[in-house]
Amino acid sequence: MEVGQMQRRLVEFTKSLFMEGFLDGQFLQLQQLQDESNPDFVVEVVSLFFQDSEKLLNDLTSALEQQNVDFKKVDAHVHQLKGSSSSIGAQRVKNACVVFRSFCEEQNLEGCMRCLQQVKQEFYLAKDKFETLFTLEQQILAAGGSIPATEITSF
Amino acid sequence: MSSAAESQFHVLAVDDSLIDRKLIERLLKISSYQVTTVDSGSKALEFLGSRVNDDRSSSDSLPSVSPSDHQGVEVNLIITDYCMPGMTGYDLLKKIKESSSLRDIPVVIMSSENVPSRITRCLEEGAEEFILKPVRLADVNKLRPHMMRTKKLKGQEQEQEQEQELQEESVTHCEIRSQPPRQHELEIEQSQQDQSQQIQQHQQQKSGNNNKRKALDVEEGLSPDRTRSRYNGVATF
Repeated sequence: MEVGQMQRRLVEFTKSLFMEGFLDGQFLQLQQLQDESNPDFVVEVVSLFFQDSEKLLNDLTSALEQQNVDFKKVDAHVHQLKGSSSSIGAQRVKNACVVFRSFCEEQNLEGCMRCLQQVKQEFYLAKDKFETLFTLEQQILAAGGSIPATEITSF
Repeated sequence: MSSAAESQFHVLAVDDSLIDRKLIERLLKISSYQVTTVDSGSKALEFLGSRVNDDRSSSDSLPSVSPSDHQGVEVNLIITDYCMPGMTGYDLLKKIKESSSLRDIPVVIMSSENVPSRITRCLEEGAEEFILKPVRLADVNKLRPHMMRTKKLKGQEQEQEQEQELQEESVTHCEIRSQPPRQHELEIEQSQQDQSQQIQQHQQQKSGNNNKRKALDVEEGLSPDRTRSRYNGVATF
């Protein structure tokens, strides 16, 4: 694929991530914090998010498997996940966490179990999307092209 | 955006989340601040303790420090997360405001939750701002006036300052973003002026004395509130 074509693909793909609600404006903020002195800032922070979240999802899974579920503890994990997903702009993960927390508050185990599946699903979907995005970027750079700036004004 | 003087501003950022520390560190560095990050309130106090004691041995006598005298050891502002295990951001704020050597340092609280009672409590306790997470460049731009003020106070105005300790006057200035996220985030430079989607609250309460410093009040963000009385005004958000 030639560079121009890859660049157009990246622009279209990024746009779709916003259109489908995977990303929100916070992701644009992350991009703005990346410069020559920190060329890999976005990838670094997003990778950190995935490491951190995998651990949180494991903790959540085991917390909900306990005989007597400690909903406060569950809520604390979800609170963390919600915070970090909103910090990187992973909007759908964040939204799933918001619903999850309302079930924690109600101490609704069934609701929490459903939400855990929902959050996991959104998380792996987001991971997949970010990986595609970063791979596209790397391919463009490897081909000697530059990354087109994200020009989305309505998010 | 950055001048030599401003680059000397030193911000201590406190957050238990590594992702958020990375984020706030970049946000502040890209705005030309010197940044120290710590992951808990107790580490923040530890850091402040060693620095402040070295730097300002007789803190109550308001030492005369000119900008060239601080060699990057002074903390000009503390920005802390609210919700942390152990010592919360609120606990840290209280400890700072209770300390005679630390209470001049402006404190800004960040929180992912828009809980009015929480915001009120923090402002009553002496926080300069309450910023909703995730923090954006536009929020970081709001920190500057608070740091400018302390710098100014430490300079030629100390005498007036001491007088003012007696005739306290408190001004609380707080801006709260509306949710959901706005459309102006791409225009960073303009966004600090763009307040169309921000709720602005200026709460002022003066304890009796309409003193000579009144004029300074008008300048937004330069309020002489280093020694604030607790205000009893009811804040509605």
